[in-house]
Amino acid sequence: MNITLKKRRSQHLAFGIVSLLTYSIVAILIIILAFIIIRGIGVINWEFLSTAPTDGMTGGGIFPAIVGTCYLILGSAAFAFPVGIMSGIYMNEYAPKGKLVRFIRMMTNNLSGIPSIVFGLFGMALFVNKLSFGDSILAGSLTLALLSLPLVIRTTEEALKAIPYSFREGSYALGATKLQTIRRVTLPMALPNITTGLILAVGRVSGETAPILFTCAAYFLPQLPSGVLDQCMALPYHLYVLATSGTNMELQRPIAYGTALVLIMIVLLVNITATVVRRYFANKVKMN
Amino acid sequence: MNKIEVKNVDFFYGNFQALKNISLDIEANKVVAFIGPSGCGKSTFIRIFNRMNDLIPETRLKGSVKIDGVDIYQKGIDVDELRKNVGMVFQRPNPFPKSIFDNVAYGLRVNGLKDKHFICQKVEESLKGAALWEEVKDKLKESAFALSGGQQQRLCIARALAISPSILLMDEPASALDPISTAKIEELIWELKKTYTIVIVTHNMQQAARVSDKTAYFYLGEMIEYDDTKIIFTNPKKESTQNYITGRFG
Repeated sequence: MNITLKKRRSQHLAFGIVSLLTYSIVAILIIILAFIIIRGIGVINWEFLSTAPTDGMTGGGIFPAIVGTCYLILGSAAFAFPVGIMSGIYMNEYAPKGKLVRFIRMMTNNLSGIPSIVFGLFGMALFVNKLSFGDSILAGSLTLALLSLPLVIRTTEEALKAIPYSFREGSYALGATKLQTIRRVTLPMALPNITTGLILAVGRVSGETAPILFTCAAYFLPQLPSGVLDQCMALPYHLYVLATSGTNMELQRPIAYGTALVLIMIVLLVNITATVVRRYFANKVKMN
Repeated sequence: MNKIEVKNVDFFYGNFQALKNISLDIEANKVVAFIGPSGCGKSTFIRIFNRMNDLIPETRLKGSVKIDGVDIYQKGIDVDELRKNVGMVFQRPNPFPKSIFDNVAYGLRVNGLKDKHFICQKVEESLKGAALWEEVKDKLKESAFALSGGQQQRLCIARALAISPSILLMDEPASALDPISTAKIEELIWELKKTYTIVIVTHNMQQAARVSDKTAYFYLGEMIEYDDTKIIFTNPKKESTQNYITGRFG
């Protein structure tokens, strides 16, 4: 009797602690969001979103930074998606299982563990200097692509791995080749999860500062870039600039919070899209 | 000439020998059942006829397997072509996440057929052949996953029939189905043997007795006995076969 009571009590206590910790994570997210929203919402209006900074960055908007971030997202996706998806397909479908794949996977994981500032330095050395792209959208996109590759490869591989072998078998048994099986059966089935991974990679890329610091981002560039070899402004870097340097920190502070709010909204929007897309596809391609 | 001729086949998974010196002949338009306890090698053996075992790394085959007089393991054999001629139905229904129509048309399309009229005709023919047409003719565009397990399995049979094979391999085709669906599949096998040579693996002895003309009993990688089904089930020559079919082990 006494022991039952004791067991029950420690059970309640354990659950209490565990759930409290879990809810506190939610609370932290809400506090951060609230903090940024309260301080940033004041400056957000159409003019802020659609004009360039003025008066030594103490006035005006952040339009060039929003556009720059969009270019970098598109640019990095153009490189990372095809390469990453194809590598993922190779790893799961073609490469003979064994040491080689394990080695590649280990290297991919290590790649994702490299600090983003190191990617920035590498991007500067290779793309900016060696390949003479200069500080440019091209160099920045390539650097960001390198950063997001491990995530794309990984999710593609995992998504393909989740497809039961019996579907491939059914396809081979009908005289389909491996390529046909991948194109017509495996890849379409894996697409929802791959798409989710891609969108999350976009979210990651849009918030990175360090990789574009030496490869692309402009301190201040009121006009929009005219080509891939131009520099551009970007939201995360603009936020950094507003918070650490400039002509008048006091006047810049509200703009910095406004920028942070816009950046956070973009990332949140991307993540929500990922969830919606996955739900939509999951309902459409229901596995039995 | 026999449809299938197997001579002295040994099969290995790495160092493990799964089949030991197996020889048997299968006549055209007959149903042959493979029976035996789990792990006896019957599923490995059926997968030799469409070289499905090739997909498993580190497997090896010795001996010869001839279909219509051609050794299917000799150099220069196009495995995809072979699999068009030797259809297969698996233990669990595995339709693709596509419409009923696209499932049946899949084999035709991957083999390069584009003529819409021909594909439509072939899909209808195959679904009729698999005794599924009446149940699905009004919902060909719906997902195959909306069908019941038994219907899905008949869809998989239709899918295999669509590419006009001459041999049909069935690896425990009814083991995941309810008794009524099982009865339908068995009736279907009777119907299909007019056109196809059928090899079926089954755990269900009554099923083997009901549907097959000949039965092979496997035990620990060896083929213990191969004879007319009637003889195997009434008067087997080996004691091991007798023990298995009377349920004393297995």
